[in-house]
Amino acid sequence: MAHLHDCWHCGAKDAASLFCRYCNTIQAPTPDYYEFFDLPRRLGLDPEDLKNRFYMLSRLLHPDRYTRRSEQEKRFSLEASSILNDAYRVLKDPIQRAEYVLRQEGFPIGDQRNKDVPPELLEEVFELNMALDELRGGDLEVLPQLDAMRRKFLDMLADLDRDLESLFARHDGAPEDARRQVLAQIRSLLNRRRYISNLVQEVDKQLTARNA
Amino acid sequence: MSTFQIDFSSAQKRRIVGIDLGTTNSLAAFMDLTGPEIIPGADGSRMVPSIVSLAADGSFVVGEAARRLLIDAPERTVYSVKRLMGRGRQDVAEELKLFPFRIAEGSEQVIRLALGDRMFTPPEISAQILKELKRRAEHYLGEEITQAVITVPAYFNDAQRQATRDAGRIAGLEVLRLVNEPTAASLAYGLDKRKEGIIAVYDLGGGTFDISILRLHEGIFEVLSTNGDTHLGGDDIDNRLLAIALEDIASEWGEDLSHNGEAVQTIRQAVIRAKEELSFRPAAVIDIEYRGRRYQRELRRELFENLIRDIVDRTLGPCRQAMRDAGLEPEQIDEVVLVGGSTRIPMVRRAVEALFKAKPHSELNPDEVVALGAAVQAAILSGDVQDKLLLDVTPLSLGIETMGGVVSKLIHRNSTIPASATEVFTTSVDGQRNVLIHVVQGERELVKDCRSLARFDLKDIEPMPAGMARIEVRFLIDANGILNVTARDLRSGKEQSIEVKPSYGLTEEQVEAMIRESYEKAEEDLRERQVREARVEADNILAAVDKARMSDAWLELTGDERAAIDAAINELQVVYHSNDHHLIRDRIEKLDAATRRLAETLMNTAVRQALKGTKIE
Repeated sequence: MAHLHDCWHCGAKDAASLFCRYCNTIQAPTPDYYEFFDLPRRLGLDPEDLKNRFYMLSRLLHPDRYTRRSEQEKRFSLEASSILNDAYRVLKDPIQRAEYVLRQEGFPIGDQRNKDVPPELLEEVFELNMALDELRGGDLEVLPQLDAMRRKFLDMLADLDRDLESLFARHDGAPEDARRQVLAQIRSLLNRRRYISNLVQEVDKQLTARNA
Repeated sequence: MSTFQIDFSSAQKRRIVGIDLGTTNSLAAFMDLTGPEIIPGADGSRMVPSIVSLAADGSFVVGEAARRLLIDAPERTVYSVKRLMGRGRQDVAEELKLFPFRIAEGSEQVIRLALGDRMFTPPEISAQILKELKRRAEHYLGEEITQAVITVPAYFNDAQRQATRDAGRIAGLEVLRLVNEPTAASLAYGLDKRKEGIIAVYDLGGGTFDISILRLHEGIFEVLSTNGDTHLGGDDIDNRLLAIALEDIASEWGEDLSHNGEAVQTIRQAVIRAKEELSFRPAAVIDIEYRGRRYQRELRRELFENLIRDIVDRTLGPCRQAMRDAGLEPEQIDEVVLVGGSTRIPMVRRAVEALFKAKPHSELNPDEVVALGAAVQAAILSGDVQDKLLLDVTPLSLGIETMGGVVSKLIHRNSTIPASATEVFTTSVDGQRNVLIHVVQGERELVKDCRSLARFDLKDIEPMPAGMARIEVRFLIDANGILNVTARDLRSGKEQSIEVKPSYGLTEEQVEAMIRESYEKAEEDLRERQVREARVEADNILAAVDKARMSDAWLELTGDERAAIDAAINELQVVYHSNDHHLIRDRIEKLDAATRRLAETLMNTAVRQALKGTKIE
């Protein structure tokens, strides 16, 4: 992989990624999540394979394994374990994984608090806000309507996830120069998805507050 | 260069002990060839009650011996100090109504407790308990112990964890790892239990409640979620029974005893006895004798259960949340493990069984299982156990304060640790030299509803127009669940200096001062002992010389020899009361030298007499 450097311990040239291939000493870890897992930059990943890699790398890198090692090795182990855990958290979730790749490829990701309503959702959002206002006002008759809307949004999310999955496959199968175009499509789906998922969260919050 | 590594470390391997520093009791354990073992005290006891008393001579009494002092010297004795670890005064306002803590003024950042006329922070008091466990371990194992794994409630925040680690350092222990109590318990269970599946650990101790859900897979113990309440436990049940007994006694005797420390402790111990009895009997009697008066009241289990129902119910919310966070339904939990003395209460067991729809395990002693697990973790760290690995999580989300007092979350709760996040900060005013980052822990959206952790001051930023500075700050939660922060100036690539101002707890300087003081104390103790031993030796030699004056041997000495001996005795007596054991020993040696011929003559006389005696026979 690309992140090869000279081993800090034995000095061997270009010998080291996570461990030096000559002296097996732990090295300054790569910050790249895909490289860390030794995986090709694909949006579709096999969760079982990812989990097994995570466990295998945990066994090798966890600070518990370096208690009686040098300070330098302890530092690298802590650094590597934190990147491993961060990377696993991101890669195992298809949405976070796609966002990570988008960021890596230089696509700006929409702001988490983006309040601009996607035009095709204007009507639904308007209705939803009315219903939520009524609920806040103490009108419980609006509950079945809210529940129905919530289910509608969940269906939309499921549809989006299916679309995303096929876009992921298209991305992974496309030649390098055609990938950016697919990524642009993925980004707009993700922004839409985030908007809807925020709506669901808002409804859930209000419903939980009612139940509590 | 060599192509493989030789592990020199195992040659100088030191033993690491596992310690459960509990609210009510504390225990130490070690890994034996056959598995983890509790380290008993000289009297065979397995637990050290977490009670500390300051004796009149300034030394500490810890454990069972201090229990009696709760009644005899309540103003110098403290228990359940774990409740105060890593807290400020306003955090414990509620506790103060129920616990006889005497908290000094100015305890906003670190609580200072009065024992007699001296002040101690909770880590210093906990350090006394740890020292007692360290002594036990050293005595039992016959070697010096300097490294330990200490357990903490899974739901402990950063300040509470730091306070625990500080306590270890003050006690002279290098704390190699803080392990979450339920996770430690799962390690102890996982040794001989099934190796695969999902387990829930329900840990209701003296002062804290934790729930952790783990996946066990080929020796990896992966925590999926954790939740809890660091102020919920058996103490709360005791306090409720205590309040009722006090009220009852007030109406019966016409005397309010609630401000009488001695009486309160007597009654507390009586209600605890009744509570414990109710775990295996349908009824128990709260039986109190105080100053010649007797109070007796029968408590039936149904009434007891009505009294504590809400306390037990308070544990269920965190359990449900933990399952939600792990994305699991009760049916998917394969096993439930019970930890902590309060899980002996039948009502608690029923509640757990109903919630998880599984009969809970309690084969291992719920008081000991955490310490045993800590010993297993110690063996993992030492390399003695290699087929197991704990992957724990952070219990609380970590965030920073942004505009308008809103929290921006950087690391979410239940993230596997070590975990990290990176943020780039800049300046907002031309020539600004400092940037202050306020770090908080908690799930709420506003800073005021979260726990303030610390303020990190990025210092000595090169003056430049607003918004030009680019400082990358890396927040890293280590395997102990403790936050480490580093910063780098992206423009120069240099490390950025940071000053840490913890919101609660001791600063690094304070901890170091306490360690120094405890070292000095240890040296003082050692010096005192050496002086005392030297005096005992001086007493012996002086008595021997006195006795020799009556013997024939004395008469055989020349006048000069006798004068030399008298001079040496005089010299020794002059320094006898000094505090310098070297000096005393030096004079002892001189006296010894001056009396050498006397000793020889004595010996010869004795031999001659012995020979004479043989002839008579």
